[in-house]
Amino acid sequence: MNIAINGQPKQFEAPLTVAALLEALQLDAERVAVELNREVLLKERFAATNLKNGDSLELVQFVGGG
Amino acid sequence: MDELIIAGRKFKSRLLVGTGKFASNELMVEAMEQSGCEIVTVALRRVDIDNPGDNMLKHIDPKKYLLLPNTSGARDAEEAVRLARLARAAGCEPWIKLEVTPDPYYLLPDPIETLKAAEILVKEGFIVLPYINADPVLAKRLQEIGVATVMPLGAPIGTNKGVRTADSIAIIIEQAIVPVVVDAGLGAPSHAALAMEMGADAVLVNTALAVTPNPGKMAAAFKKGVEAGREAFLAGLGEQRQKAEASSPLTGFLRN
Repeated sequence: MNIAINGQPKQFEAPLTVAALLEALQLDAERVAVELNREVLLKERFAATNLKNGDSLELVQFVGGG
Repeated sequence: MDELIIAGRKFKSRLLVGTGKFASNELMVEAMEQSGCEIVTVALRRVDIDNPGDNMLKHIDPKKYLLLPNTSGARDAEEAVRLARLARAAGCEPWIKLEVTPDPYYLLPDPIETLKAAEILVKEGFIVLPYINADPVLAKRLQEIGVATVMPLGAPIGTNKGVRTADSIAIIIEQAIVPVVVDAGLGAPSHAALAMEMGADAVLVNTALAVTPNPGKMAAAFKKGVEAGREAFLAGLGEQRQKAEASSPLTGFLRN
């Protein structure tokens, strides 16, 4: 299935949850925030949310800033 | 005990520190420690999924510092609200430094979009600390809708020019019903001291600490500047006057 992550098209095998995707990308779920199709996805739902073809994800994290 | 109180939360330090532009996380941490700060600002950006790198949060002790995410990069209210919601989802407390800066050259905050975003965020339960130009009318309007502080700029972000907006900041302070945090443009401890002498409740500094070769030492200097300015304000400064007034007695001179 095709999923856009931070604007970049990527391909993954279904089924895939958000939690599994973060793990595959070696991202610490505790320190990342996720938007799925422009809606904030709370951490509690990462494990139960299955991605589907055409989904668009934003993965953001904190960086230094003033 | 002279404490800074924002939204009911007490802080001993009146110096807030930004975490941007430091040459390394180690230098950032040293500056945070030497500054004595209890609030640090951070920004939210896309993860580089091909190269996730080091997560800076690993270096910030959440028991020691309140993380204050900003909405930097937002060009309008909608983008700022989106960033604030993401910051909360990332696990932060619902504190947000609201900044909406559509102009990339001077990074001046957009007053209309800032007010719009503040209204939405206050309604959603955020503790909103808006970064604004030193506009007393805007400061008032924001306080009416329930922001937790106002953060007028001394000079544009990163310019190190000091409190160039002093007269307007003085009016904001005079009329404020929430803490006034002078943010942006402070380049030297004397600038921070001046803002505090004027009666500002706190200052926020980033660039001045991050661009020096010795951030820890500069942070310690800013800490002293903030404390000196605060103590002078509490003591009460002497009035400025046009003519000289002798400090020594005007009697008993060695002449007839």
